[in-house]
Amino acid sequence: MAESKVDMVDAYFMDARSKLIDIAAFMDRVERLGGAEDYRYREFVTALSALKSSNRAETVLNMLSDPSTEPIEKAGLSPAAGAYKKA
Amino acid sequence: MRYIEPHAHMVSRTMDDYKALAMAGCRAICEPAFWAGFDRSSVQGFHDYYRQLTEYEPKRAAKFHIAHYSWICINPKEAEDPEFAREVIKIIPEFLKKENVLGVGEIGLNKNSKNEVAIFEEQVQLALDHDQLILIHTPHLEDKLKGTKLTIDILNQFSGIQPNRVLIDHVEEHTVKKVVEAGFWAGITLYPESKCTPPRAVDMLEQYGSTDRLWMNSACDWGISDPMALPKAILELRKRGFDDAAIDKFVYQNPLKFLRQSGLEILPEV
Repeated sequence: MAESKVDMVDAYFMDARSKLIDIAAFMDRVERLGGAEDYRYREFVTALSALKSSNRAETVLNMLSDPSTEPIEKAGLSPAAGAYKKA
Repeated sequence: MRYIEPHAHMVSRTMDDYKALAMAGCRAICEPAFWAGFDRSSVQGFHDYYRQLTEYEPKRAAKFHIAHYSWICINPKEAEDPEFAREVIKIIPEFLKKENVLGVGEIGLNKNSKNEVAIFEEQVQLALDHDQLILIHTPHLEDKLKGTKLTIDILNQFSGIQPNRVLIDHVEEHTVKKVVEAGFWAGITLYPESKCTPPRAVDMLEQYGSTDRLWMNSACDWGISDPMALPKAILELRKRGFDDAAIDKFVYQNPLKFLRQSGLEILPEV
């Protein structure tokens, strides 16, 4: 379907490098200024282990997801936070 | 390049946005009913909103030579008062008869609650009773995986469901395979932060695009969203080496194929 072979590293390295440094700086910022005990940050750090797997994007998304299977009793007012809070 | 925007909440956008979309090649916009950012307090409030979608918004779009179609429903965010939701559902059939309404949507789950499930099931039945296409919202972020699984399970309980007449929207890498393997159409939503970027969307198209049951949309609304997301994804497809015919299939032919099942005469194929 794609008509020509594209070098993915040429196409995306600089963008990915920038995002990698942003993640590193985010972690430095949280650990310097506070927030490392926040469950979202803890789940974020845990999800970094997915980078050593295959299907990395899917694995990260799964790790941040609610693993339960039954509907909850009632929807609360708070919006989704981006990481499931484990009990 | 021509394209169809299959999911945009234009009541939240300006005429400047319409102008930019037209200049980028947008030929048609499909607008699902959604949550206004606060709960509407009366059935009449919903009636007014459905009239805005079906009567007023098409006129705004027409000023820029863009065709406008809508989907009608009560959104899952408004399902926690089920008796009120049922009163609203009673007025929906009046709008399903209109010549620019595609079907029932965007229904589904948001926080995966029991009331959301009940109102979702009732609106699926409404769609089946009126022989309508169905557009389904899947939950945000950490709730998406569970919500998508529940959605597929619920749909599979309806004997009258034809998966090729149902689109499950906002898929990401952890849900797209489940949706297309179950036979449904899948929508990839391009958001600056919370859903999918153009490079990730193209990754999914490379892996699942041969099913012909995928489309992309901006789902632009009043939140952090980008009405020009689809033209940016077209640029990304070019960057990845897709030719014009393949791009036209993803952004024009595929949406057209699904939407024409509504029975409406939507844009030319050629």
